[in-house]
Amino acid sequence: MFQNLPLWPERASSFANNVDALYIFLIAVTGFFTLVIFVMIGVFAVKYRQRAGGRATQIEGSYALEATWTLIPFGLFMVMFVWGAAVFMKEVQPPANAMDVFVVGKQWMWKTQHPEGVREINQLHVPVGRDVKLTMISQDVIHSFYIPAFRVKHDVLPGRYTSIWFHAVKTGTYHLFCAEYCGTLHSGMIGEVIVMDPSDYAKWLSGGAAEDSMASTGEKLFQQLGCATCHRSDTQGRGPNLAGVYGKQQLLDNGQTVFVDDNYVRESILNPGSKVVSGFKPIMPTFNGIVSEEQLLSLIAYVKSLGVPQNAPGSNRPAVQQGVTAPNTASKAGNAKVQ
Amino acid sequence: MATAAALPTERQNYLNSNYGWKSWLLTTDHKRIAILYLISITFMFFIGGFFATMIRLELLTPAGDLMTSDTYNKMFSMHGIVMVFFFLIPSIPATLGNFFIPMMIGAKDLAFPRLNLLSWYIYIVSAGLMIYVILTGGVDTGWTFYPPFSTTYSNSNVVLAGIAVFINGFSSILTGLNFIVTTHRMRAPGLTWNRLPLFVWSHYATSVIQVLGTPVVAITVALVAIERLWHVGIFDPKVGGDPVLFQHLFWFYSHPAVYIMILPSMAVMSEVVTCFSRKRIFGYHFVALASIAIAVLGFLVWAHHLFVAGISAYAALVFSLLSYFVAVPSAIKVFNWTATMYKGQISYATPMLYAFGFIGLFTMGGMTGLFLASLGIDVHVTDTYFVIAHFHFIMVGGAVMAYLSGIHFWWPKMTGKMYPEGWGKVAAGLVFIGFNLTFLPQFVLGYMGMPRRYHAYSGEFQVLNVLSTAGASILAIGYLLPLVYLLWSLRYGKDAGPNPWNAIGLEWMTSSPPPTHNFDETPVVTWEAYEYDHAPQEVPVGN
Repeated sequence: MFQNLPLWPERASSFANNVDALYIFLIAVTGFFTLVIFVMIGVFAVKYRQRAGGRATQIEGSYALEATWTLIPFGLFMVMFVWGAAVFMKEVQPPANAMDVFVVGKQWMWKTQHPEGVREINQLHVPVGRDVKLTMISQDVIHSFYIPAFRVKHDVLPGRYTSIWFHAVKTGTYHLFCAEYCGTLHSGMIGEVIVMDPSDYAKWLSGGAAEDSMASTGEKLFQQLGCATCHRSDTQGRGPNLAGVYGKQQLLDNGQTVFVDDNYVRESILNPGSKVVSGFKPIMPTFNGIVSEEQLLSLIAYVKSLGVPQNAPGSNRPAVQQGVTAPNTASKAGNAKVQ
Repeated sequence: MATAAALPTERQNYLNSNYGWKSWLLTTDHKRIAILYLISITFMFFIGGFFATMIRLELLTPAGDLMTSDTYNKMFSMHGIVMVFFFLIPSIPATLGNFFIPMMIGAKDLAFPRLNLLSWYIYIVSAGLMIYVILTGGVDTGWTFYPPFSTTYSNSNVVLAGIAVFINGFSSILTGLNFIVTTHRMRAPGLTWNRLPLFVWSHYATSVIQVLGTPVVAITVALVAIERLWHVGIFDPKVGGDPVLFQHLFWFYSHPAVYIMILPSMAVMSEVVTCFSRKRIFGYHFVALASIAIAVLGFLVWAHHLFVAGISAYAALVFSLLSYFVAVPSAIKVFNWTATMYKGQISYATPMLYAFGFIGLFTMGGMTGLFLASLGIDVHVTDTYFVIAHFHFIMVGGAVMAYLSGIHFWWPKMTGKMYPEGWGKVAAGLVFIGFNLTFLPQFVLGYMGMPRRYHAYSGEFQVLNVLSTAGASILAIGYLLPLVYLLWSLRYGKDAGPNPWNAIGLEWMTSSPPPTHNFDETPVVTWEAYEYDHAPQEVPVGN
C-alpha cells in the first residue's frame, strides 16, 4: 500500500530497528491520547452545544482529575525518556574494535579516507556486518553527517573531532546528506554510502590506485615537517617520545593530566603551548595553517600506530579511561589492509 | 472625518477623541499603541508570508529551478527572522496584550505609557532596518545565525540583520517590563491574583521570559557582529572560538522564546473557551500555575537543540529528561480547556472555531515534541522536516490560530464593529484544512530523511512536497480573507455594542470602542474570573 509513499527509510543499520520501534511506540501512545482529546472535543462540542433555555453546569475543577492527567502523562514521558536514552547510549559508544574511517567536510563536499589510504569524494564504501567508526572534522563551517537509512547523524565541527559509528546490515546504496545548513550549496553537499559484501569491499579497497596507508603517510609527514628532530624515539629529544602515548593519561607541566586522544594530538600540533607535557619546555612552533585537516588525520594515525607495540594484546598495562569518545586501542592503522 | 461630523453625538472613544497623524504617532494610549502594533506586525506577517510562498513554490519540484541556491537560502532565512522576531514574538502581547491587560485589570493604561510608545518606535526602527536589509540583498544565515558560517563565511548582510534583531529585543524587553509592573501595581480594587483573568497570568509568565531571556540573545547576536567585524575569536575555531558556545547562548533565549510565542496563545484560549462554553475555567489554579511552570522550566531545556551538535552524552540525557518535564504543564492546560467544555453551552462563533483548531493542532505539535525530546528519535529527525513540521504546528497551528481567534474575539471591542461571521467561519475552515495539508506531510518527509533548508531534493520526496505546497496555497487564501473582511467591517460592519458575546471580564463592561480612559469609574472587583453562572447562558451572535 505504501510502496510509493513509504513512511520510513530503509532499515540498513543495526540502529534502524531500535529507532523505528521507539518511533512506532511513540506514534501509538501519542496517537491514542491525541485521539482521546479530539473525540472529547468533538463529543462535547456536539453534545453540549448551545440550546435555547439550556444552562451550563459550572464545575470548579477536580484534584483527582488534575492528578490523573498530570501523573499518567508524566509516567509515560518517563518511559519515553528511558527508552530513548537507551537507544541513544548505544549510538554514542563505538565498540572498541570498530574499523576506522575518517571524514573531512568542507563547503560543499564530503571527503572520506580509509586507514589503508583510499580516498573518496561524496562517497563512502563500507563492508556489511562490521562496526564502522567515523572520525569527522570540518575545514570551514559546521556540517552534519546524516545517513537516514542508518538513522545516524552528527554535526561535523571545525576545530575538533566528533564521531559516530554504525553497523550496516544490508548491502546497497544509501543517501548521505549534510543536515546542518552550511551555505550556498548546502543541498548539494550530498553523496552516497555504498554497503558491500566484505569480499567485495576488500576487492574495492585494493582495486584503487596504490596509496600509502594513512599511518605511513603520517610517518613521511613526520619526517618532512621535522617533527622527528625533537620527538625522537629515545628519551633524549627536546619533545616527548610519542611511542605508546596514544590512549593514555599524560601528566602536564601544570600538574593536570590530559587523555591523549585524536583531539589532544590535533591540539598539540596546532596550538602546542596550550597543554605542555610535564618535564618539557613550551618550545614547539605551531603548525596552524601549515598542515591540512587530511594531513593532521594522517599524523594522528601515525602517532596512534606508534602506540601499537606497547599496547598489544598481552600487555599488562591497565586501560586508562573509558570516555564517550573512547580510545581506539586496537588501531588497525599500523597494519593496513586488514582484509 | 465625515462620520464624526455626521454623528456629533457619537460617544467619545479612543478612536474619535482626536484626529490627525500626530495624535497617533505621539499617543500614549495603550489602545492606540496596540493598533499601531497591529498594523505593523500585520505588514511584517505578509512579508514573511511572501518568503514562505517562494519557499513552497521552489519545493514543488526536486530540482532547484525557480531561483538560485543563494536566493533560496535568503528566502528561508528572512522568512524565519521576520516571522519569529517581527511577527510571532510581538504578535499577541503587543496587540491584544497591550490593548486588554489594562482593561482586564480595570486600569486606565499600562504603568509606563511613554515606555510603551517607545517600545513601538524601537520596533519600527528595527523593522525598518530589517526591511532595508531585505531590499539591499538580504541575509542567508538562517534565522539561527550559526557561526562560523555567519561570522566568517556568509557574504550577506549579517551585521545589519543582527543589529535589527538586537534593537528589536529592546522593544520586547520594554513590553515585558511594562506588563510585569502593570500587573503588580495597577490592578483594580478587589482584583486579587486569584481573581485575575488567566489572560493576565499567562502574559505575566511571558513577560518574565521576555525580560530575563531577551538580553541573552541580544548579546549573542552582538558577539556575532563583533567577531564578523573585528575577527575577535569568540565562535570561530580558526580564531580561537567555540561554535557550540554560540548554540548554547542562542538557544538559552530561543527556546524560552518559543514560550514567549505560545504562552500568550494559551492566554487567549482561556478567555475564548470559557466564553463560548459559558463555563468557569476548569482548574483555574492549575492553568495559572502551569503558565508559571512553563516559564521556569522553559529556561532549563535549551540544549535539546544540541543533541547531535557535539555536547556530551550525559548533558544530552539531562536535557532530554528536563524536556519531558516541560511537556507536563502544557498537557495540563490542554486537559483543562477540554474539561472546561464539559457540560457547557457551546456555540461555534469564529473565535471558538479557531480555538477548536488551536487545541487540536497544539496537541499534535506538543505530542510530536515528545518525539524530539526522545534522544533515540531526535538523532534521526533533528535538522529534518520533522522539526519544521513540529514547530510550525506549535507556532502556526498554535500561536497564529490563537492570534486569529483573539483578533476575532476582541475585534468588536477594539473597533466597535462586527466582522462578517460567515466569512469568518470560511476563513477558519480554510486555515485549518490548509495548515494540515501543508504540515502533516512534512512529518513523513522528515522521518524519511529529507533535511531542512534544502534548495533541491531527491526525487522520492516530491509527492509529499507537492501536497505541502498545495496546502500552503489554501493556507494563503485563509490568511488573506480576514485581512479583506476585517478591513471591510471597519466601514460596513454592524455595530457591535459593548458586549456582543455576553462575555465576562472587565473589558466588556465598557463601551465599544472603549473610551480613552477605558472606564468612566474605576471598577471594584468582587467576583472571580469566568463566573459565567451569572451571565446569560447564550451567546447571541455568531451561530
